[in-house]
Amino acid sequence: MKQKMSALSKLYIALIIVFLYAPIVVMIIFSFNSTVSTSVIGGFSTRWYQSLLHDTGTIKALTNTLLLAVTSSLIATVMGTAAAVGINAMKRRWIKKTTMHVTNIPMMNPEIVTGISMMLLFVFAGAMIHKDDVLGFGTMLIAHITFNLPYVILSVLPKLRQMDPHLPEAAMDLGCTPLRAFFKVTLPTISTGITTGLMMSFTLSLDDFVISYFTQGPSFETLPIRIFSMTKKRVTPDMYALSTLIFVAILLLLVLLNVSQVRGERKLRNKLDKEGA
Amino acid sequence: MGENTIIELRNISKKFGDEVVLDDISLNLKEKEFITFLGPSGCGKPTMLRIIAGFLEADSGQVIFEGKDIGSLPPHKRQVNTIFQRYQLFPHLNVYENIAFGLRNRRMKEKDISQKVEEMLALVNLKGFQRRDIASLSGGQQQRVAIARALAVDPRVLLLDEPLAALDLKLRKDMQVELKNIQKRLGITFVFVTHDQQEALSMSDTVVVMNEGKIQQIGSPIDIYNEPKNAFVADFIGESNILDGVMLDDFKAKFSGAVFQCLDKGFAVKEQVDIVIRPEDVDIVPVEKGEIIGTVTSNTFKGIHFEMIVDIQNFKWMIQTTDYYPVSAKIGIEIEPDAIHVMKKSEYSGMFGDYSSFSDEIEHLSDIEEEED
Amino acid sequence: MTKNTALKKAISAPYLVWAALFIIVPLIFVVYYSLVDAGGAFTLDYIKSIGRYKDIMLNSIWLGFVATIICLVIAYPLAYIMARSTKNVQRTMMMLVMLPMWMNLLIRTYSLMILLQDTGILNSVFSFLHLPERHMINTRGAVILGMVYNYIPYMILPLYSIMAKIDYGLVEAAQDLGASRTAVLRKVILPLSLPGIASGFTMVFVPSVSTFYISKKLGGSTFSLIGDIIEMQFKSANNYNLGAALSLILMVLILLCMAIMNRFTGEDDDGGVLI
Repeated sequence: MKQKMSALSKLYIALIIVFLYAPIVVMIIFSFNSTVSTSVIGGFSTRWYQSLLHDTGTIKALTNTLLLAVTSSLIATVMGTAAAVGINAMKRRWIKKTTMHVTNIPMMNPEIVTGISMMLLFVFAGAMIHKDDVLGFGTMLIAHITFNLPYVILSVLPKLRQMDPHLPEAAMDLGCTPLRAFFKVTLPTISTGITTGLMMSFTLSLDDFVISYFTQGPSFETLPIRIFSMTKKRVTPDMYALSTLIFVAILLLLVLLNVSQVRGERKLRNKLDKEGA
Repeated sequence: MGENTIIELRNISKKFGDEVVLDDISLNLKEKEFITFLGPSGCGKPTMLRIIAGFLEADSGQVIFEGKDIGSLPPHKRQVNTIFQRYQLFPHLNVYENIAFGLRNRRMKEKDISQKVEEMLALVNLKGFQRRDIASLSGGQQQRVAIARALAVDPRVLLLDEPLAALDLKLRKDMQVELKNIQKRLGITFVFVTHDQQEALSMSDTVVVMNEGKIQQIGSPIDIYNEPKNAFVADFIGESNILDGVMLDDFKAKFSGAVFQCLDKGFAVKEQVDIVIRPEDVDIVPVEKGEIIGTVTSNTFKGIHFEMIVDIQNFKWMIQTTDYYPVSAKIGIEIEPDAIHVMKKSEYSGMFGDYSSFSDEIEHLSDIEEEED
Repeated sequence: MTKNTALKKAISAPYLVWAALFIIVPLIFVVYYSLVDAGGAFTLDYIKSIGRYKDIMLNSIWLGFVATIICLVIAYPLAYIMARSTKNVQRTMMMLVMLPMWMNLLIRTYSLMILLQDTGILNSVFSFLHLPERHMINTRGAVILGMVYNYIPYMILPLYSIMAKIDYGLVEAAQDLGASRTAVLRKVILPLSLPGIASGFTMVFVPSVSTFYISKKLGGSTFSLIGDIIEMQFKSANNYNLGAALSLILMVLILLCMAIMNRFTGEDDDGGVLI
């Protein structure tokens, strides 16, 4: 039974929303401040947005971040989906269990431990081949793929489990080769899981700071790393401007996603209504 | 059956949005009575139960429990318990703790609780199941636990919301007998909701036939079957041929182009009426002796009898017989006075009772739809 | 059919190799580095140095624990209200809770800093209201607030998703059997939401205990958590061996906390609840 909310519930929700959004609102306000101060508002200005446009370092970091997020999430999705299919077909319980435990490690472990463990590996490997600047795009890509993989596998695996195992068999019965049956039947059935995994990987990769921080080199700077080095010193409001832009981008994305979802549901409902009539 | 009223429903109405779900329902539930709400899906039966249990408040009208209006009393303070359609057993508790749940809410002593649980398990034939996990039970066993859990708190009235809908046919028949026995033994009022007319007829003392939020008829199973009040009841309970007819005089009805003796009286002269004739009440005689004559259009073997669709003056009758007549055979028909039931015209006249589009398959499909409800 | 199964197993091979190479081997390196000195000779000195960092270690765990409990206390009623509201409200609330989560942690922490600093907004508001100004930044309270602020969505979401799955019929069944509002909460909702509590606990506790950015920005230079010490060894002190040893200990301690937690909730860690 879905109920109307009581006044107390509404107040409670309002307080939490204020708590969650107060810092963000403050940041947005100061991004339009005409002075450098973070406590006094001098007047409205877009100077920080303009200076952001001319900041080649930040723009480079942005493209780097996108490049890393796209490549790592795509590779993780392909490898992770294949892994999930294999894990699902595993017969021996202990092998399956062990594999799942290993898969869970990057999710359960503190990020800092994952970060330094990979850094140690890379530095060691670098020393072996006598290369000092081993840390860079390559090492970050490996690290991002690694922490994305469990999210892909855990999104795809339940869909595989829910799928009727006789479905591919039916396809083969109708003349499909096993490979064709996989692409024609299995893949479409688990596609929602794959999409979820891909989207999670992409956003996690965009957002990651801790693991990137330990596996990054001076040759390749991502946005979170750049924000980190900017916040080390006394910050100028162009960082607020950057953050505001990121916030607005995410907001738009989420609203669009929601609207399309609502639309889809409404369409489905209309269709069902029509068929019912 | 006791004659004392335990729950009185007075002019209950309920709307969901613009949809009227219950329309001015008044009814007395008596002590120790097995009363069944019967009707197709969407007729407001479960809403009725939820109002009695306290999960819903009526828009208007009163629920009176032993003389007191309990309309605004929360469910946990009512002496009424429910067996839910999907049982709603607590998945985090074992069988023992599920049955003890209501007793613990009354802060009973552990010793008394354990004794009561044993007693209930014996009642539902689940001795030795105390420590079992809910998930490890079959549907029938879960059903029994749900019964034991509700009865453990000694309710005065037990509400059962299609409790057997999820069971397969065989189990369902067994549980019908068992529930009836439990009700007789404990002597408490059972309010049962079902869309299955066979279930309603075989278990109840009183049947309340509902449709579109209104009570169509209240009566004993035999009354409901033999003396349906309108075309809806006649059609919903069992199979019926419902024909347009005219009362020529007391005990004299004309339909299908012939005049028949009947047992009904008190209608106006030449009053238009609905005539109900049950398929098993039709006698088949040689053509020359028949009061009316028909042509067999289909014939299906049903085990104990044959079920024929017979065309009589372009109206399709269903007739059940133990003799075999081939398709397109001509047969004579005779109807005894006590097989004819005359009803006043109602809003349902002309909507039911013609078998021209009848097929087993359609009947079966509509059953499934109802169960999904 | 066996051929098909073999094929399916084979396509997981790249992942298995990857997992071995980039999940297992790095962890072996952590153990290895923590047991040798800079020259590569075996030593237990770094492990033993835990004594020196005992207070920081315990402090980190304590602060993480307090932040997690605060998150739980705040999030539980919210998740309950959300799960009981209409679909539209649920959708909107989900969005509002997730939106700050997609913002980078650094940005969120930094904007919190703006709010709390001595010349910050909150103090301006205080002085405007003629209330005494308060020193809030660089305190334990600020660090806990930072943890709660950053990680509370990770508590709300698993709690909400498990509570939305609880069949409301069970609540009605309990009421029917005489359970009052509080009894329903204690005997039905709470036990059924334990898996959500467990995964929310993990998702807030682990990053809180191991954070270094939050403590750096909101705790100031005098305030260090175990994460700060580890970060220092790798980024400025260049003492990888000590860093590895501390990481190892952190990992073991967190596993221990999780084990206690799981015993408490009676849940085995089957991967936890994905949002």
